[in-house]
Amino acid sequence: MNAPLGSLDRPNSYIGRSVARPNAKRLLAGRGRYVTDLALPRMLHAAFLRSPYAHARIVAIDAEAARAMPGVRLVATGADLATLCTPWVGTLDHFTGMKSAPQLPLPLEEVLWAGQAVVAVVADTRAQAEDAVEAILVEFEDLPPVADIDIARESGADRAALAVEDNLCFRSRLDTGGIEAIFAGATHVVEEEFHFGRHTAVTLEPRAILADWDASEGKLTVHHATQTPYQFQDLYSRHYGIPEASVRVIAPDIGGSFGMKLHVYHEDMAVIGLALLCRRPVKYVADRMESFVSDIHARDHRVRARMAVDGDGSILAMDVDDVTAIGAFSAYPRTSAVEGNQVIRLMGAPYGFRNYRAELAVVFQNKVQTSQYRAVGHPIACAVTERLVDMAATRAGLDPVAMRAKNLIPDEAYPCASPTGYRFEALSHQASLARLKALMDYDGLRAEQAALRACGVHRGIGLAAFVEISNPSPAFYGIGGARISAQDGATLSITPSGEVRCLISVTEQGQGTETIIGQIVADQLGVVREKVRVITGDTETTPHGGATWACRGAGIGGETALQAARRLRDNVLALAAAILQARPGELDLRDGIVVDALSGAERVSLAEVARIAYFRSDTLPPDASAQLSITHHYAPQGYPFAFTNGIQGCHVELDVDTGLVKILKHWVVEDCGRIINPLLVDEQVRGGVVQGLGAAFFEECRYDAGGQLTNGSLADYLVPMAGEMPDIVVGHIETPTADTVLGAKGCGEAGTAAAAAAALNAVNDAMVPFGASIAQIPMTPARLLKSLGKI
Amino acid sequence: MSAPLPVTLTVNGETLSHLIEPRETLADFLRRDLGLTGTHTGCEMGVCGACLVMLDGVPVHACLIFAVQAAGADIATVEGLTESAAVADLQRAFHERNALQCGFCTPGMLITAQGLLARTSVPSRAEIRDALSGNYCRCTGYEAIVDAIETVAHKRAAGEAAPRFTEEPA
Repeated sequence: MNAPLGSLDRPNSYIGRSVARPNAKRLLAGRGRYVTDLALPRMLHAAFLRSPYAHARIVAIDAEAARAMPGVRLVATGADLATLCTPWVGTLDHFTGMKSAPQLPLPLEEVLWAGQAVVAVVADTRAQAEDAVEAILVEFEDLPPVADIDIARESGADRAALAVEDNLCFRSRLDTGGIEAIFAGATHVVEEEFHFGRHTAVTLEPRAILADWDASEGKLTVHHATQTPYQFQDLYSRHYGIPEASVRVIAPDIGGSFGMKLHVYHEDMAVIGLALLCRRPVKYVADRMESFVSDIHARDHRVRARMAVDGDGSILAMDVDDVTAIGAFSAYPRTSAVEGNQVIRLMGAPYGFRNYRAELAVVFQNKVQTSQYRAVGHPIACAVTERLVDMAATRAGLDPVAMRAKNLIPDEAYPCASPTGYRFEALSHQASLARLKALMDYDGLRAEQAALRACGVHRGIGLAAFVEISNPSPAFYGIGGARISAQDGATLSITPSGEVRCLISVTEQGQGTETIIGQIVADQLGVVREKVRVITGDTETTPHGGATWACRGAGIGGETALQAARRLRDNVLALAAAILQARPGELDLRDGIVVDALSGAERVSLAEVARIAYFRSDTLPPDASAQLSITHHYAPQGYPFAFTNGIQGCHVELDVDTGLVKILKHWVVEDCGRIINPLLVDEQVRGGVVQGLGAAFFEECRYDAGGQLTNGSLADYLVPMAGEMPDIVVGHIETPTADTVLGAKGCGEAGTAAAAAAALNAVNDAMVPFGASIAQIPMTPARLLKSLGKI
Repeated sequence: MSAPLPVTLTVNGETLSHLIEPRETLADFLRRDLGLTGTHTGCEMGVCGACLVMLDGVPVHACLIFAVQAAGADIATVEGLTESAAVADLQRAFHERNALQCGFCTPGMLITAQGLLARTSVPSRAEIRDALSGNYCRCTGYEAIVDAIETVAHKRAAGEAAPRFTEEPA
């Protein structure tokens, strides 16, 4: 544990302290302001006719009857919106050779997945719009849907999108050389074919957007349930040809996002055009059925992987082939290739072996687009690696803990790099393993397991070490040509009453962004937390920034706030010094009072300094500069990414007659660098773990051979509920990054990164007495019974 | 068939008469016609629990009944329960324990908790988890919610009363 940044015994020292979220109180009182709640004068509602086919040509659209329906103000087709909106292509320049079909809000000729929006209706009420959708006749000509990832890659295969020449979106290879010889000479080789199902975010608030075009002013205001208002300001401006400063995107309270709400959706782009055409506010909220067929899906990988191990259990090499299916085009603007890229680059990341080969194929098929969702790529890389580590341990005759202790990168070996090219500043795998072993009483659980097996009770213990990417520099999107910022900005002001306003570009979806920013500002400026109001989510008022994704809120947003607060503090003390005829270095700001730095004696209150600055500048010396507002930007420097690490443990009980698994308990030891608010970090970890356990046991978007989603409702798609979830024990190691003063690295994705891997290992551990194994998630009862040879 | 019907019902202690389309759900009526947007809709098929309200003192999915079916009923939403301080202790416990993140499920969670504690004064953790089986939360992983409800159960059993939640300092 490193020394805290400030002294926690000071009343206004908040970094490292568990405090509740001020902005959660209105949510508890039912006073949240979600986009779904908003209503504007003269507001209209949009609904969409969706394709029943996974792949088809649009032959004809007859909307005459719909146009005559009650309340209908507009029926718009692809051609109507194509005159307003330029197409987009979801590729990044640094993904060499990547291709994708251009997209428009609504299609002109070809539909690419079942559920794609084809025709838009705008009416006085949503019900009227949906009624009119029923009256539209679209003639489709069925085209062959592409589903199988191997057939899709054969030459001459049917194409998922006719605008691209084949179904390979992107491929990538990594090879450190000599892999075949290493495997040929290894004492043990373990290999497996893994299958990771598609799942989706299922945010409780569906996607929601309300666009308001004021033709008199030439101004577009969009209330958008998104993590990234600046990205959408840029996209709406450029694709609709509206000057950037005339586009305002407001992201109010967001009912969950997890990455899902930072991608471009056809309906959302359409709503902008509908508002332009109607010259009235137009609102669209996806219903749950629409969410399942239009929100991004995630994962969907088949990974063939093997690991070479020498006689004493040292890992020598990994060899990986990942094929991932992404839908019929690549998502915009972040693409659908980032996940696969991270899968092959994160393989084996916690371990010290040097030899690695990987092949990635990103394949088109006629399903919903996939893209970045919480812990992008991590759960795949982690599950493959950790399962192979367990298999190798068995072959080498080592306990899983001993196997990891032997192969994890030693804590004193940093800085170092992975064979896939990631540079690690300082991680704590060995310390995390030791902490986890003690926390879960590993030896006790093993003894209990052996005793219970004798009674026919089959429990399993699974471990999964992980590395998580956070705080991405421009190397992530910027160099690929995407206008997605890696920096953040904050404007800090002292109000005339001596309170503080912080307008910052990182955004809030309930994780506690505003709370930790308030803690940092109060701590570093020297005021009580209640005096700091943090404002986020409005491009009109906050500086441009990357916002919240990739666990960057604390690491980049937090450092931005810290540096801004220090600058403002300097300004306050300089002004106070002028007022007091003292030297700034002799003064300090503590608890909202300017004090003598040495004695702590009160000199003047911040409120008095502000009063003089705003209302009695005539009393200031002529050279005094009253700069009580500052704007400050911070972009990550040093390492291209911060990495966090940790390890998870899962304890399950398998009913070998029903295939049902009870998750008894789950443990996490993680190292997110400096912890700003332990209460919030723990809940980020727990929530993340449960999303990972959902993928491990329940969640899967199931398609039939014709490309139809067969379980697209909350009654059919299983999400983790309270009754199935365990209590989760969270422990911490703190290794702050030296790239920033704050030292925070981020914690939002750690839970999701390794939970499924730990569960996979636990279930396999429970099946050992039966000689059975499973390498597919979700681990449904039917799949487990099949693995056990019972069905 | 679709002509609006006159309906009289009580919402948060106030008796109201409205003309309501027969196809309008109670959830839509509360949210759109009355502006009570604390009641949320997440699935509109009675699975997620975001739309739960108290109907004659019992948690009911407002998305699963039509507003006209609530004629004569006494409805309490999160706004009313906040105003009356009936759930102030739950709100405080949720806040202190950070038993919410995005907050979209939270009104439904409070209604379920209130219903549970009316039936069972000190439920076990397993009973709390079971009671929450119809409330979907994507953010928290549920443990903090279970903790908060457990805390309130013990406090209520010990006879502790709570002042209004919203009057507390942040």
